[in-house]
Amino acid sequence: MPGHLGCHGRRLGDDLPARLMIESANITGHAPDIDEDSVPFWEGLAEGRLVVARCGACGRLSFPPTASCPSCGKPATTPHIVSGQGSVYSWIRVHAALDPAFANDVPYVILTVSLDEDPDARVTGRLLNDPGTPLEAGAVVRLAPYRVAEDIVLPGFTLNTPAEEAR
Amino acid sequence: MWKPNSRNSIERPSFLGATAVAGVGFTDFSKASPHSVLRLAVDSCRAAIEDAGLAREDIDGVISYSLFNDSVACQAVATELALPDLTYALDMNMGGVSPALAVMNAAMAVSVGVARNVLVFRALKGRSGVRVGAAQFRAPTGQYRYPIGYGAYPYYMAMLARRFMIDTGATEEDLGAVAIAQRVHAARNERALRRAPLTLDEYLEAPWVAEPFHTVDCTTEIDGACAVLVTSLETARALLQPPAVIDGAAWATGFGSGLDIADLHSWPDYATICHHALADRLWRSAGIGPGQVDVAELYDCFTAPVLFTLEGLGLVGPGESGSFVRDGHTALDGRLPVNTHGGLLCEGYLHGMNTLAEGVIQVQGRGGERQVDRAETCLVTSGAMGDGSAMIFRRG
Repeated sequence: MPGHLGCHGRRLGDDLPARLMIESANITGHAPDIDEDSVPFWEGLAEGRLVVARCGACGRLSFPPTASCPSCGKPATTPHIVSGQGSVYSWIRVHAALDPAFANDVPYVILTVSLDEDPDARVTGRLLNDPGTPLEAGAVVRLAPYRVAEDIVLPGFTLNTPAEEAR
Repeated sequence: MWKPNSRNSIERPSFLGATAVAGVGFTDFSKASPHSVLRLAVDSCRAAIEDAGLAREDIDGVISYSLFNDSVACQAVATELALPDLTYALDMNMGGVSPALAVMNAAMAVSVGVARNVLVFRALKGRSGVRVGAAQFRAPTGQYRYPIGYGAYPYYMAMLARRFMIDTGATEEDLGAVAIAQRVHAARNERALRRAPLTLDEYLEAPWVAEPFHTVDCTTEIDGACAVLVTSLETARALLQPPAVIDGAAWATGFGSGLDIADLHSWPDYATICHHALADRLWRSAGIGPGQVDVAELYDCFTAPVLFTLEGLGLVGPGESGSFVRDGHTALDGRLPVNTHGGLLCEGYLHGMNTLAEGVIQVQGRGGERQVDRAETCLVTSGAMGDGSAMIFRRG
Protein backbone atom coordinates (compact mmCIF):
# COMPACT_ATOMS: atom_id res chain seq x y z
CA MET A 1 0.00 0.00 0.00
CA PRO A 2 2.62 2.63 0.86
CA GLY A 3 4.08 2.14 -2.59
CA HIS A 4 0.96 3.74 -4.05
CA LEU A 5 2.13 7.02 -2.64
CA GLY A 6 5.14 7.06 -4.94
CA CYS A 7 7.62 9.69 -3.89
CA HIS A 8 6.25 9.94 -0.35
CA GLY A 9 7.50 6.47 0.59
CA ARG A 10 6.60 4.91 3.92
CA ARG A 11 4.58 7.16 6.18
CA LEU A 12 4.35 7.24 9.93
CA GLY A 13 1.17 5.36 10.76
CA ASP A 14 1.21 3.04 7.78
CA ASP A 15 0.62 0.19 10.21
CA LEU A 16 -2.82 1.58 11.13
CA PRO A 17 -5.73 -0.33 9.61
CA ALA A 18 -7.33 1.25 6.56
CA ARG A 19 -10.98 2.24 6.96
CA LEU A 20 -13.79 0.50 5.18
CA MET A 21 -14.56 2.19 1.89
CA ILE A 22 -18.20 3.12 1.41
CA GLU A 23 -19.04 2.18 -2.17
CA SER A 24 -22.12 4.32 -2.57
CA ALA A 25 -23.97 5.38 -5.66
CA ASN A 26 -26.47 7.40 -3.62
CA ILE A 27 -24.26 10.26 -2.56
CA THR A 28 -23.44 13.22 -4.78
CA GLY A 29 -19.87 14.44 -5.02
CA HIS A 30 -17.54 16.38 -7.27
CA ALA A 31 -13.95 15.71 -8.23
CA PRO A 32 -11.57 17.66 -5.98
CA ASP A 33 -9.28 20.24 -7.54
CA ILE A 34 -6.12 18.58 -6.20
CA ASP A 35 -2.93 20.64 -5.86
CA GLU A 36 0.71 19.88 -5.03
CA ASP A 37 0.11 20.23 -1.29
CA SER A 38 -2.87 17.91 -1.16
CA VAL A 39 -1.74 14.85 -3.17
CA PRO A 40 -0.89 12.78 -0.07
CA PHE A 41 -4.30 13.50 1.46
CA TRP A 42 -6.26 12.41 -1.60
CA GLU A 43 -4.06 9.42 -2.34
CA GLY A 44 -4.35 8.31 1.26
CA LEU A 45 -8.11 8.73 1.27
CA ALA A 46 -8.40 6.50 -1.80
CA GLU A 47 -6.66 3.82 0.29
CA GLY A 48 -9.05 4.35 3.19
CA ARG A 49 -6.62 6.37 5.27
CA LEU A 50 -6.70 9.89 6.70
CA VAL A 51 -3.44 11.69 5.90
CA VAL A 52 -2.80 15.07 7.50
CA ALA A 53 0.42 17.05 7.94
CA ARG A 54 2.78 16.68 10.89
CA CYS A 55 5.42 19.25 11.73
CA GLY A 56 8.90 17.84 12.27
CA ALA A 57 9.81 20.88 14.34
CA CYS A 58 6.92 21.26 16.79
CA GLY A 59 5.12 17.95 16.35
CA ARG A 60 1.69 19.48 15.77
CA LEU A 61 -0.75 17.99 13.29
CA SER A 62 -2.53 20.20 10.79
CA PHE A 63 -5.12 20.17 8.04
CA PRO A 64 -5.31 21.24 5.25
CA PRO A 65 -1.79 19.99 4.51
CA THR A 66 0.68 22.77 3.75
CA ALA A 67 4.45 22.72 3.35
CA SER A 68 4.94 24.92 6.39
CA CYS A 69 3.38 24.34 9.79
CA PRO A 70 0.51 26.75 10.60
CA SER A 71 1.37 26.46 14.29
CA CYS A 72 5.07 27.38 14.21
CA GLY A 73 5.74 28.46 10.61
CA LYS A 74 8.64 26.04 10.03
CA PRO A 75 8.88 24.46 6.54
CA ALA A 76 9.03 21.04 8.14
CA THR A 77 5.80 19.14 7.57
CA THR A 78 5.46 15.61 6.25
CA PRO A 79 2.37 13.52 5.42
CA HIS A 80 1.15 11.71 8.51
CA ILE A 81 -1.50 9.02 8.77
CA VAL A 82 -3.91 9.31 11.68
CA SER A 83 -6.45 6.82 12.97
CA GLY A 84 -9.47 8.58 11.50
CA GLN A 85 -11.05 8.59 14.96
CA GLY A 86 -12.32 11.91 16.14
CA SER A 87 -15.12 13.87 17.71
CA VAL A 88 -17.70 16.35 16.48
CA TYR A 89 -16.43 19.92 16.93
CA SER A 90 -19.22 21.58 14.98
CA TRP A 91 -21.85 20.56 12.45
CA ILE A 92 -24.49 21.86 10.07
CA ARG A 93 -27.43 20.15 8.43
CA VAL A 94 -27.89 21.41 4.88
CA HIS A 95 -31.49 21.71 3.72
CA ALA A 96 -31.11 24.12 0.81
CA ALA A 97 -28.73 22.81 -1.85
CA LEU A 98 -27.05 26.03 -2.99
CA ASP A 99 -25.08 23.83 -5.40
CA PRO A 100 -28.01 22.31 -7.35
CA ALA A 101 -26.00 19.11 -7.90
CA PHE A 102 -26.79 18.19 -4.29
CA ALA A 103 -30.55 18.71 -4.59
CA ASN A 104 -31.24 14.99 -4.19
CA ASP A 105 -29.01 14.68 -1.13
CA VAL A 106 -30.71 17.16 1.23
CA PRO A 107 -30.96 17.14 4.11
CA TYR A 108 -27.41 16.09 4.87
CA VAL A 109 -24.88 16.84 7.59
CA ILE A 110 -21.41 18.31 7.21
CA LEU A 111 -19.11 17.79 10.19
CA THR A 112 -16.07 19.59 11.47
CA VAL A 113 -14.17 16.81 13.25
CA SER A 114 -11.42 17.19 15.86
CA LEU A 115 -8.82 14.46 15.46
CA ASP A 116 -8.19 12.23 18.46
CA GLU A 117 -4.43 12.59 17.96
CA ASP A 118 -4.60 16.42 18.13
CA PRO A 119 -8.03 17.96 18.79
CA ASP A 120 -6.87 21.33 17.44
CA ALA A 121 -6.40 19.72 14.04
CA ARG A 122 -9.77 19.54 12.32
CA VAL A 123 -11.06 17.90 9.17
CA THR A 124 -14.33 18.46 7.34
CA GLY A 125 -16.45 15.65 5.98
CA ARG A 126 -19.91 14.39 5.20
CA LEU A 127 -21.75 12.43 7.89
CA LEU A 128 -22.93 9.18 6.30
CA ASN A 129 -25.33 7.99 9.01
CA ASP A 130 -27.24 11.15 9.95
CA PRO A 131 -29.64 10.34 12.79
CA GLY A 132 -31.81 13.30 11.74
CA THR A 133 -31.67 14.81 15.21
CA PRO A 134 -29.41 17.47 16.74
CA LEU A 135 -25.86 16.21 17.16
CA GLU A 136 -23.88 16.41 20.36
CA ALA A 137 -20.57 18.22 20.41
CA GLY A 138 -17.93 15.67 21.24
CA ALA A 139 -19.84 12.76 19.70
CA VAL A 140 -17.42 10.06 18.56
CA VAL A 141 -16.99 9.61 14.81
CA ARG A 142 -14.68 7.62 12.58
CA LEU A 143 -13.43 8.13 9.07
CA ALA A 144 -15.56 6.56 6.34
CA PRO A 145 -14.24 7.50 2.90
CA TYR A 146 -16.94 7.21 0.26
CA ARG A 147 -16.62 6.60 -3.44
CA VAL A 148 -18.81 8.65 -5.78
CA ALA A 149 -17.06 7.66 -9.01
CA GLU A 150 -14.40 5.17 -9.94
CA ASP A 151 -11.64 7.70 -9.37
CA ILE A 152 -13.32 9.96 -6.80
CA VAL A 153 -13.19 9.15 -3.10
CA LEU A 154 -14.31 11.84 -0.65
CA PRO A 155 -13.98 12.31 3.12
CA GLY A 156 -16.93 11.03 5.14
CA PHE A 157 -17.49 10.04 8.74
CA THR A 158 -19.88 7.78 10.60
CA LEU A 159 -21.22 8.34 14.08
CA ASN A 160 -20.51 5.46 16.42
CA THR A 161 -23.73 3.58 17.17
CA PRO A 162 -24.71 2.94 20.81
CA ALA A 163 -23.62 -0.70 20.41
CA GLU A 164 -20.18 0.41 19.32
CA GLU A 165 -20.03 2.90 22.18
CA ALA A 166 -20.78 0.12 24.65
CA ARG A 167 -17.82 -1.86 23.39
CA MET B 1 -15.97 42.49 29.35
CA TRP B 2 -13.20 44.27 27.45
CA LYS B 3 -9.95 44.77 29.28
CA PRO B 4 -6.86 46.59 28.04
CA ASN B 5 -4.11 44.25 26.87
CA SER B 6 -0.79 45.89 27.55
CA ARG B 7 1.10 43.38 25.38
CA ASN B 8 -0.60 44.73 22.29
CA SER B 9 -0.23 48.38 23.19
CA ILE B 10 0.17 50.50 20.06
CA GLU B 11 0.11 54.22 19.37
CA ARG B 12 -3.01 55.85 18.05
CA PRO B 13 -2.47 55.99 14.27
CA SER B 14 -2.01 59.58 13.17
CA PHE B 15 -4.85 59.67 10.61
CA LEU B 16 -7.38 59.20 13.40
CA GLY B 17 -9.07 62.39 14.53
CA ALA B 18 -7.65 64.17 11.46
CA THR B 19 -9.85 62.71 8.72
CA ALA B 20 -13.59 62.40 8.16
CA VAL B 21 -16.33 61.07 5.96
CA ALA B 22 -17.99 64.11 4.42
CA GLY B 23 -20.64 62.56 2.20
CA VAL B 24 -22.53 59.38 1.34
CA GLY B 25 -24.19 58.30 -1.89
CA PHE B 26 -26.58 55.48 -2.72
CA THR B 27 -28.35 54.07 -5.74
CA ASP B 28 -31.68 52.30 -5.42
CA PHE B 29 -31.39 48.83 -3.92
CA SER B 30 -33.35 46.23 -5.88
CA LYS B 31 -33.58 42.60 -6.87
CA ALA B 32 -32.98 43.40 -10.54
CA SER B 33 -31.42 46.71 -11.52
CA PRO B 34 -31.88 47.85 -15.11
CA HIS B 35 -28.43 49.45 -14.92
CA SER B 36 -24.91 48.14 -15.43
CA VAL B 37 -22.58 47.67 -12.46
CA LEU B 38 -20.50 50.53 -13.87
CA ARG B 39 -23.47 52.87 -13.92
CA LEU B 40 -24.43 51.86 -10.37
CA ALA B 41 -20.87 52.58 -9.23
CA VAL B 42 -20.74 55.94 -10.99
CA ASP B 43 -24.19 57.00 -9.76
CA SER B 44 -23.30 56.24 -6.13
CA CYS B 45 -19.97 58.07 -6.42
CA ARG B 46 -21.57 61.11 -8.05
CA ALA B 47 -24.17 61.16 -5.28
CA ALA B 48 -21.45 61.06 -2.59
CA ILE B 49 -19.56 63.94 -4.22
CA GLU B 50 -22.73 66.03 -4.42
CA ASP B 51 -23.75 65.11 -0.88
CA ALA B 52 -20.45 66.49 0.40
CA GLY B 53 -20.73 69.62 -1.73
CA LEU B 54 -17.64 68.92 -3.81
CA ALA B 55 -17.12 68.89 -7.58
CA ARG B 56 -15.70 66.05 -9.67
CA GLU B 57 -12.50 68.06 -10.17
CA ASP B 58 -11.88 67.83 -6.42
CA ILE B 59 -11.63 64.03 -6.46
CA ASP B 60 -8.10 62.66 -6.67
CA GLY B 61 -8.47 59.22 -5.12
CA VAL B 62 -10.80 56.23 -5.58
CA ILE B 63 -10.94 52.93 -3.69
CA SER B 64 -13.19 50.03 -4.59
CA TYR B 65 -13.65 46.50 -3.35
CA SER B 66 -15.07 43.46 -5.03
CA LEU B 67 -15.46 39.72 -4.74
CA PHE B 68 -15.35 37.13 -7.52
CA ASN B 69 -14.73 39.91 -10.07
CA ASP B 70 -18.25 41.23 -9.50
CA SER B 71 -17.51 44.97 -9.74
CA VAL B 72 -15.71 47.55 -11.86
CA ALA B 73 -12.27 49.04 -11.37
CA CYS B 74 -11.55 52.48 -9.96
CA GLN B 75 -10.21 53.58 -13.34
CA ALA B 76 -13.58 52.81 -14.93
CA VAL B 77 -15.37 55.07 -12.50
CA ALA B 78 -12.72 57.76 -12.93
CA THR B 79 -13.17 57.56 -16.69
CA GLU B 80 -16.97 57.74 -16.71
CA LEU B 81 -17.01 60.51 -14.09
CA ALA B 82 -14.40 62.41 -16.11
CA LEU B 83 -12.11 62.75 -13.11
CA PRO B 84 -9.15 64.74 -14.41
CA ASP B 85 -6.24 63.17 -12.53
CA LEU B 86 -6.23 60.50 -9.82
CA THR B 87 -3.18 60.45 -7.58
CA TYR B 88 -4.38 57.35 -5.70
CA ALA B 89 -6.42 54.28 -6.68
CA LEU B 90 -6.85 50.92 -5.01
CA ASP B 91 -8.93 47.95 -6.16
CA MET B 92 -9.39 45.47 -3.33
CA ASN B 93 -10.65 41.91 -3.82
CA MET B 94 -11.65 41.04 -0.25
CA GLY B 95 -15.44 41.29 -0.11
CA GLY B 96 -17.22 42.25 3.08
CA VAL B 97 -14.16 42.42 5.31
CA SER B 98 -13.19 45.55 3.39
CA PRO B 99 -15.41 48.58 4.11
CA ALA B 100 -13.73 49.87 7.28
CA LEU B 101 -10.33 48.84 5.91
CA ALA B 102 -11.01 50.66 2.63
CA VAL B 103 -12.01 53.82 4.48
CA MET B 104 -8.91 53.43 6.66
CA ASN B 105 -6.83 53.36 3.48
CA ALA B 106 -8.59 56.44 2.14
CA ALA B 107 -7.99 58.27 5.41
CA MET B 108 -4.33 57.23 5.44
CA ALA B 109 -3.88 58.47 1.86
CA VAL B 110 -5.46 61.80 2.81
CA SER B 111 -3.54 62.16 6.02
CA VAL B 112 -0.12 61.66 4.44
CA GLY B 113 -0.91 63.93 1.52
CA VAL B 114 -1.13 61.38 -1.28
CA ALA B 115 -4.69 62.49 -2.05
CA ARG B 116 -7.10 65.13 -0.82
CA ASN B 117 -10.59 63.75 -1.48
CA VAL B 118 -11.05 59.99 -1.86
CA LEU B 119 -14.16 58.09 -2.92
CA VAL B 120 -14.72 54.60 -1.53
CA PHE B 121 -17.40 52.61 -3.31
CA ARG B 122 -19.00 49.18 -3.51
CA ALA B 123 -21.15 48.33 -6.53
CA LEU B 124 -22.54 44.98 -7.58
CA LYS B 125 -25.45 43.16 -9.07
CA GLY B 126 -25.48 40.70 -6.23
CA ARG B 127 -29.01 39.50 -6.95
CA SER B 128 -29.41 39.43 -10.71
CA GLY B 129 -25.70 38.84 -11.40
CA VAL B 130 -23.05 36.91 -9.44
CA ARG B 131 -24.69 35.66 -6.22
CA VAL B 132 -21.99 35.34 -3.61
CA GLY B 133 -24.12 33.13 -1.39
CA ALA B 134 -23.81 30.21 -3.78
CA ALA B 135 -20.78 31.18 -5.88
CA GLN B 136 -17.86 28.75 -6.20
CA PHE B 137 -14.39 30.16 -6.75
CA ARG B 138 -10.86 28.88 -7.22
CA ALA B 139 -9.17 28.75 -3.84
CA PRO B 140 -6.71 26.47 -2.04
CA THR B 141 -9.40 24.87 0.14
CA GLY B 142 -12.13 24.64 -2.47
CA GLN B 143 -11.10 21.00 -2.95
CA TYR B 144 -12.16 20.18 0.62
CA ARG B 145 -15.49 22.03 0.41
CA TYR B 146 -17.14 21.87 -3.01
CA PRO B 147 -16.83 18.11 -3.62
CA ILE B 148 -18.72 17.19 -0.43
CA GLY B 149 -21.55 19.72 -0.75
CA TYR B 150 -20.00 22.24 1.65
CA GLY B 151 -19.65 25.08 -0.77
CA ALA B 152 -21.49 28.24 0.24
CA TYR B 153 -21.17 31.10 2.73
CA PRO B 154 -24.34 30.30 4.67
CA TYR B 155 -22.84 26.89 5.42
CA TYR B 156 -19.49 28.23 6.67
CA MET B 157 -21.10 30.82 8.90
CA ALA B 158 -23.59 28.21 10.16
CA MET B 159 -20.62 26.02 11.13
CA LEU B 160 -19.23 28.88 13.24
CA ALA B 161 -22.65 29.73 14.65
CA ARG B 162 -23.25 26.14 15.78
CA ARG B 163 -20.03 26.11 17.77
CA PHE B 164 -20.85 29.54 19.20
CA MET B 165 -24.18 28.11 20.38
CA ILE B 166 -22.45 25.06 21.88
CA ASP B 167 -19.90 27.12 23.79
CA THR B 168 -21.97 30.12 24.87
CA GLY B 169 -25.40 28.58 25.28
CA ALA B 170 -26.92 30.86 22.65
CA THR B 171 -30.22 29.49 21.32
CA GLU B 172 -32.22 29.52 18.13
CA GLU B 173 -34.43 32.13 19.80
CA ASP B 174 -31.38 34.34 20.30
CA LEU B 175 -30.61 34.22 16.59
CA GLY B 176 -34.26 34.93 15.91
CA ALA B 177 -34.21 37.96 18.20
CA VAL B 178 -31.60 39.56 15.94
CA ALA B 179 -33.71 39.04 12.83
CA ILE B 180 -36.85 40.30 14.57
CA ALA B 181 -35.20 43.41 16.06
CA GLN B 182 -33.72 44.48 12.76
CA ARG B 183 -37.06 44.21 10.94
CA VAL B 184 -38.38 46.85 13.34
CA HIS B 185 -35.61 49.20 12.20
CA ALA B 186 -36.05 48.33 8.53
CA ALA B 187 -39.70 49.37 8.72
CA ARG B 188 -38.38 52.92 9.16
CA ASN B 189 -35.95 52.68 6.24
CA GLU B 190 -37.34 53.10 2.74
CA ARG B 191 -34.18 51.69 1.19
CA ALA B 192 -34.60 48.34 2.95
CA LEU B 193 -35.94 45.41 0.98
CA ARG B 194 -37.24 43.38 3.94
CA ARG B 195 -39.55 45.71 5.86
CA ALA B 196 -42.41 43.48 7.03
CA PRO B 197 -42.51 42.70 10.76
CA LEU B 198 -41.26 39.25 11.76
CA THR B 199 -42.62 37.25 14.69
CA LEU B 200 -40.76 34.56 16.58
CA ASP B 201 -43.19 31.93 15.28
CA GLU B 202 -42.61 33.09 11.72
CA TYR B 203 -38.88 32.99 12.34
CA LEU B 204 -38.95 29.46 13.74
CA GLU B 205 -41.17 28.22 10.90
CA ALA B 206 -39.12 29.77 8.11
CA PRO B 207 -37.44 27.15 5.91
CA TRP B 208 -33.99 25.95 6.89
CA VAL B 209 -31.03 26.86 4.72
CA ALA B 210 -28.54 24.99 6.85
CA GLU B 211 -29.19 24.36 10.52
CA PRO B 212 -28.93 26.52 12.60
CA PHE B 213 -29.84 29.09 9.90
CA HIS B 214 -33.30 29.65 8.49
CA THR B 215 -33.82 31.75 5.36
CA VAL B 216 -34.46 34.78 7.57
CA ASP B 217 -31.09 34.39 9.29
CA CYS B 218 -29.46 35.16 5.93
CA THR B 219 -28.94 38.50 4.26
CA THR B 220 -31.01 39.41 1.24
CA GLU B 221 -28.88 39.77 -1.89
CA ILE B 222 -29.40 42.93 -3.94
CA ASP B 223 -28.29 44.99 -6.91
CA GLY B 224 -27.01 48.42 -5.94
CA ALA B 225 -24.14 50.65 -4.96
CA CYS B 226 -23.00 52.85 -2.12
CA ALA B 227 -20.11 55.30 -1.86
CA VAL B 228 -18.58 57.57 0.77
CA LEU B 229 -16.30 60.57 0.41
CA VAL B 230 -13.24 60.70 2.69
CA THR B 231 -11.32 63.92 3.24
CA SER B 232 -9.40 65.79 5.91
CA LEU B 233 -11.33 66.97 8.95
CA GLU B 234 -10.32 70.51 8.08
CA THR B 235 -11.81 70.22 4.58
CA ALA B 236 -14.89 68.41 5.87
CA ARG B 237 -15.69 71.27 8.25
CA ALA B 238 -16.11 73.60 5.27
CA LEU B 239 -18.44 71.25 3.37
CA LEU B 240 -22.20 70.73 3.38
CA GLN B 241 -22.61 67.94 5.94
CA PRO B 242 -21.40 67.67 9.51
CA PRO B 243 -18.15 65.66 9.45
CA ALA B 244 -18.20 62.05 10.63
CA VAL B 245 -14.75 62.10 12.20
CA ILE B 246 -12.74 58.90 11.73
CA ASP B 247 -11.70 58.44 15.33
CA GLY B 248 -10.80 54.77 15.64
CA ALA B 249 -9.93 51.98 13.23
CA ALA B 250 -8.48 48.51 13.27
CA TRP B 251 -7.90 45.52 11.04
CA ALA B 252 -7.15 41.95 12.09
CA THR B 253 -6.13 38.85 10.22
CA GLY B 254 -6.53 36.61 13.22
CA PHE B 255 -4.07 33.77 13.89
CA GLY B 256 -5.08 30.84 11.68
CA SER B 257 -7.43 33.02 9.63
CA GLY B 258 -7.39 30.40 6.86
CA LEU B 259 -5.97 29.75 3.40
CA ASP B 260 -8.81 31.59 1.66
CA ILE B 261 -11.85 33.60 2.63
CA ALA B 262 -14.01 30.51 3.04
CA ASP B 263 -11.51 28.39 5.00
CA LEU B 264 -12.18 27.71 8.67
CA HIS B 265 -9.91 24.72 9.26
CA SER B 266 -7.05 26.61 10.93
CA TRP B 267 -9.25 28.98 12.95
CA PRO B 268 -8.51 28.07 16.57
CA ASP B 269 -11.89 28.79 18.14
CA TYR B 270 -15.15 28.70 16.14
CA ALA B 271 -16.94 30.52 18.95
CA THR B 272 -14.96 33.63 18.06
CA ILE B 273 -14.46 35.72 14.90
CA CYS B 274 -12.12 38.50 13.79
CA HIS B 275 -13.72 41.05 16.08
CA HIS B 276 -12.49 39.18 19.14
CA ALA B 277 -9.01 39.55 17.61
CA LEU B 278 -9.20 43.25 16.80
CA ALA B 279 -11.13 44.50 19.86
CA ASP B 280 -8.15 45.60 21.88
CA ARG B 281 -6.56 47.38 18.93
CA LEU B 282 -9.80 49.12 18.01
CA TRP B 283 -10.56 50.52 21.44
CA ARG B 284 -6.95 51.59 21.96
CA SER B 285 -6.95 53.40 18.63
CA ALA B 286 -10.04 55.35 19.62
CA GLY B 287 -9.04 55.93 23.23
CA ILE B 288 -12.44 54.76 24.43
CA GLY B 289 -13.94 51.52 25.69
CA PRO B 290 -16.99 49.63 24.50
CA GLY B 291 -19.20 51.31 27.08
CA GLN B 292 -18.72 54.65 25.34
CA VAL B 293 -20.37 53.76 22.03
CA ASP B 294 -23.83 55.25 21.35
CA VAL B 295 -24.82 53.22 18.31
CA ALA B 296 -23.38 50.15 16.56
CA GLU B 297 -23.67 49.09 12.93
CA LEU B 298 -22.45 45.49 12.98
CA TYR B 299 -21.71 43.45 9.87
CA ASP B 300 -24.56 40.96 9.60
CA CYS B 301 -24.42 38.80 6.49
CA PHE B 302 -26.25 36.46 8.88
CA THR B 303 -27.87 36.88 12.30
CA ALA B 304 -25.12 35.11 14.22
CA PRO B 305 -22.31 37.62 13.49
CA VAL B 306 -24.24 40.23 15.48
CA LEU B 307 -24.01 38.01 18.57
CA PHE B 308 -20.37 37.13 17.91
CA THR B 309 -19.47 40.79 17.45
CA LEU B 310 -21.34 42.09 20.50
CA GLU B 311 -19.33 39.65 22.63
CA GLY B 312 -16.08 39.86 20.68
CA LEU B 313 -15.80 43.61 21.03
CA GLY B 314 -16.82 43.50 24.68
CA LEU B 315 -20.06 45.41 24.10
CA VAL B 316 -21.65 42.73 26.29
CA GLY B 317 -20.13 40.03 28.45
CA PRO B 318 -19.42 36.48 27.29
CA GLY B 319 -22.67 34.58 26.73
CA GLU B 320 -24.80 37.70 27.23
CA SER B 321 -25.46 38.72 23.62
CA GLY B 322 -28.64 36.69 23.14
CA SER B 323 -30.42 38.02 26.19
CA PHE B 324 -29.16 41.53 25.38
CA VAL B 325 -30.95 41.43 22.02
CA ARG B 326 -34.02 39.56 23.33
CA ASP B 327 -34.46 42.15 26.08
CA GLY B 328 -34.68 44.96 23.53
CA HIS B 329 -31.37 46.67 24.28
CA THR B 330 -30.49 46.91 20.56
CA ALA B 331 -33.67 48.84 19.69
CA LEU B 332 -33.48 52.45 18.47
CA ASP B 333 -34.26 53.60 22.01
CA GLY B 334 -32.31 50.82 23.70
CA ARG B 335 -29.02 50.90 25.59
CA LEU B 336 -27.08 50.23 22.37
CA PRO B 337 -29.05 50.60 19.14
CA VAL B 338 -27.69 48.07 16.63
CA ASN B 339 -28.12 48.06 12.85
CA THR B 340 -30.41 51.04 12.71
CA HIS B 341 -31.02 50.60 8.96
CA GLY B 342 -32.13 47.01 9.39
CA GLY B 343 -28.68 45.68 8.62
CA LEU B 344 -27.59 43.63 5.67
CA LEU B 345 -30.35 41.23 6.73
CA CYS B 346 -33.06 43.72 5.76
CA GLU B 347 -31.59 46.66 3.86
CA GLY B 348 -29.64 44.34 1.59
CA TYR B 349 -26.29 42.69 1.06
CA LEU B 350 -24.07 45.48 -0.17
CA HIS B 351 -21.18 43.74 1.57
CA GLY B 352 -21.09 46.21 4.43
CA MET B 353 -20.55 49.48 2.55
CA ASN B 354 -24.14 50.38 3.45
CA THR B 355 -23.44 49.37 7.06
CA LEU B 356 -20.56 51.85 7.20
CA ALA B 357 -22.59 54.56 5.47
CA GLU B 358 -25.37 54.10 8.03
CA GLY B 359 -22.84 54.76 10.77
CA VAL B 360 -21.90 58.01 9.06
CA ILE B 361 -25.56 58.98 8.67
CA GLN B 362 -26.24 58.35 12.36
CA VAL B 363 -23.37 60.50 13.70
CA GLN B 364 -24.34 63.18 11.18
CA GLY B 365 -27.85 63.12 12.63
CA ARG B 366 -29.44 62.43 9.24
CA GLY B 367 -31.20 59.16 10.08
CA GLY B 368 -34.71 60.61 9.80
CA GLU B 369 -37.31 58.27 11.31
CA ARG B 370 -34.61 55.87 12.41
CA GLN B 371 -32.26 58.46 13.91
CA VAL B 372 -30.92 57.52 17.33
CA ASP B 373 -31.35 60.35 19.85
CA ARG B 374 -27.82 60.52 21.13
CA ALA B 375 -25.46 59.35 18.39
CA GLU B 376 -22.20 61.08 19.17
CA THR B 377 -20.09 57.96 18.72
CA CYS B 378 -20.78 55.11 16.32
CA LEU B 379 -19.07 51.75 15.88
CA VAL B 380 -19.02 50.09 12.44
CA THR B 381 -17.71 46.58 11.73
CA SER B 382 -16.83 44.79 8.50
CA GLY B 383 -16.49 41.02 8.24
CA ALA B 384 -17.74 37.99 10.12
CA MET B 385 -15.07 35.28 9.91
CA GLY B 386 -11.33 35.16 10.59
CA ASP B 387 -10.38 38.56 9.24
CA GLY B 388 -12.12 41.89 9.24
CA SER B 389 -12.06 45.55 10.12
CA ALA B 390 -13.86 48.05 12.30
CA MET B 391 -14.11 51.81 12.66
CA ILE B 392 -15.29 54.39 15.17
CA PHE B 393 -16.99 57.57 13.94
CA ARG B 394 -17.44 60.61 16.15
CA ARG B 395 -19.73 63.53 15.47
CA GLY B 396 -17.52 66.41 14.29
